[in-house]
Amino acid sequence: MPSLIDERTEARPNPRQEAAARVRHATPSRRRTVTLVRGLAGILALALVWEFAPRWGLVDSYFIPPLHVVLQAWWELARSGELADHVRASMVRSATGFALATAVAIPLGAAIAWYRPVREFFQPALEIFRNTAALAILPVFTLILGIGETSKIAIVTYACFFPILLSTITGVATVDTQLLRSARVLGLSPVATFRKVVFPAAIPTIFTGIRISGAAAILVLIAAEMIGANQGLGFLISYASMNFLIPKMYAAILTTSLLGLVINYSLVALERRFSRWRA
Amino acid sequence: MSSSITLRDVGQTFLVRGDDDRQLREFVALDGVDLEIAAGEFVTLVGPSGCGKSTVLDLVSGLTKPTSGTVSIDGTPISGPGLDRSVVFQQYTLLPWRTARGNVEFALEAAGIAKRERAARALDYLELVGLGEFANRYPHELSGGMKQRVAIARSLSYEPGVLLMDEPFGALDAQTRERLQEELVGIWRRTGTTVVFITHDIEEAVFLGQRVAVMSSRPGRIKEVIDVDLDRQTAENQDLRATPAFASYRHRIWSLLREQTLQAARPEVVNRVA
Repeated sequence: MPSLIDERTEARPNPRQEAAARVRHATPSRRRTVTLVRGLAGILALALVWEFAPRWGLVDSYFIPPLHVVLQAWWELARSGELADHVRASMVRSATGFALATAVAIPLGAAIAWYRPVREFFQPALEIFRNTAALAILPVFTLILGIGETSKIAIVTYACFFPILLSTITGVATVDTQLLRSARVLGLSPVATFRKVVFPAAIPTIFTGIRISGAAAILVLIAAEMIGANQGLGFLISYASMNFLIPKMYAAILTTSLLGLVINYSLVALERRFSRWRA
Repeated sequence: MSSSITLRDVGQTFLVRGDDDRQLREFVALDGVDLEIAAGEFVTLVGPSGCGKSTVLDLVSGLTKPTSGTVSIDGTPISGPGLDRSVVFQQYTLLPWRTARGNVEFALEAAGIAKRERAARALDYLELVGLGEFANRYPHELSGGMKQRVAIARSLSYEPGVLLMDEPFGALDAQTRERLQEELVGIWRRTGTTVVFITHDIEEAVFLGQRVAVMSSRPGRIKEVIDVDLDRQTAENQDLRATPAFASYRHRIWSLLREQTLQAARPEVVNRVA
């Protein structure tokens, strides 16, 4: 079986040879197909275990129903339009919270990294907030903002805020000194330097935070919806489990995973679009 | 399009903290530097590492202000960075998210050149450094030598009177470096820009400079300025570095620098004995 060591030390043209011949090392397309097939096989194996473990009595089929029962429940939910309502509710909350967090965290992070007094003023306070788990202050949000939409959007905003803020601070603060020096030599104004040099250079780092936030948005929202809501995927999961609608519960969980997957891959695609210039 | 540079009694001190005693004190990087560079001249600055070569360049580029003395361009003291001067640094300072052409245009944007003119001008200068067909490549798709050529094209594109270069070929392999040295001399002849070129490589200093300023360290001073009178015109197709004249210049500068390393080594020995 080929291991990592074979893979990394495999014979290939070195970068200079590639440059001289104006070519790039290629992996045979057959290998890509193999990769795809193996990946699908892994998922299929998981599905088979889920289907047959309850059937053969390896696990209690009441608590873990076979996959086809779960998929049936999912199909019922989807067909009745119930699922769409819950997904929409969750999506609106997490998207609003995520967008709010991004809109505030990026400018604030840039200001913190850019101006020393701002940085020195905010850093200690931010350190305290950052280390406070979002769900720990959910009761605070509920007390102040009620049990409606606002408190859920607020908690998502809070959870998304810090990863983006911190990555923006890092991204802006670690811009290559040489790039800044060449901008200064060209007599660029601070605004132009930020717009043309610092911000583009920081984008890849900022995206790291954005992706963490994308995952956090779903995670925190589901938890918040499980605690107090009458709609949304988190509510659906806790409602189904409390009423022993076990297949329905699994269907809701599966939907959450799919939603997370979709969000993560769209953020990756967005990131790739913004950093096409990277090797 | 070229300017003269005058450094008069220039001193530069920094605040530093000692490695072993943690005491705050002043570090004299440059002391009483006098240097006169005529318009259109190619001067190389050579010296041991840590002698303040790059500090001289930072002063002329306007990135830092001298603690004492004056630095002037065409007789006017420098107040900061300006588009009458440009710098090529050792590390590649291209914007990785812009193509070669985009990087040259970046300088033209800063210089306030009209958008329509920028693209054409950028291509002209990429053509000048022999990279016309690589205009749409990103820096990561270019070799080290090509990146440095783009940096040179960018620095020349807004037609500065002075081109400052801080060991621009230091990170390149020997063959690429020699080729770029030859090309740089050609570009300098065509544009007539004043060039100040910093290096620690004696051969490079002799090959490029009409005059070589040798610096001494601690504090940084100009020790001697040597006129290099080599027949570069007829030397196009022969190995200039192999001529006896070249060797004698090289040896003279080597001896000057050697003296210093010996001097620098001595007090340390004394310290250890005491």
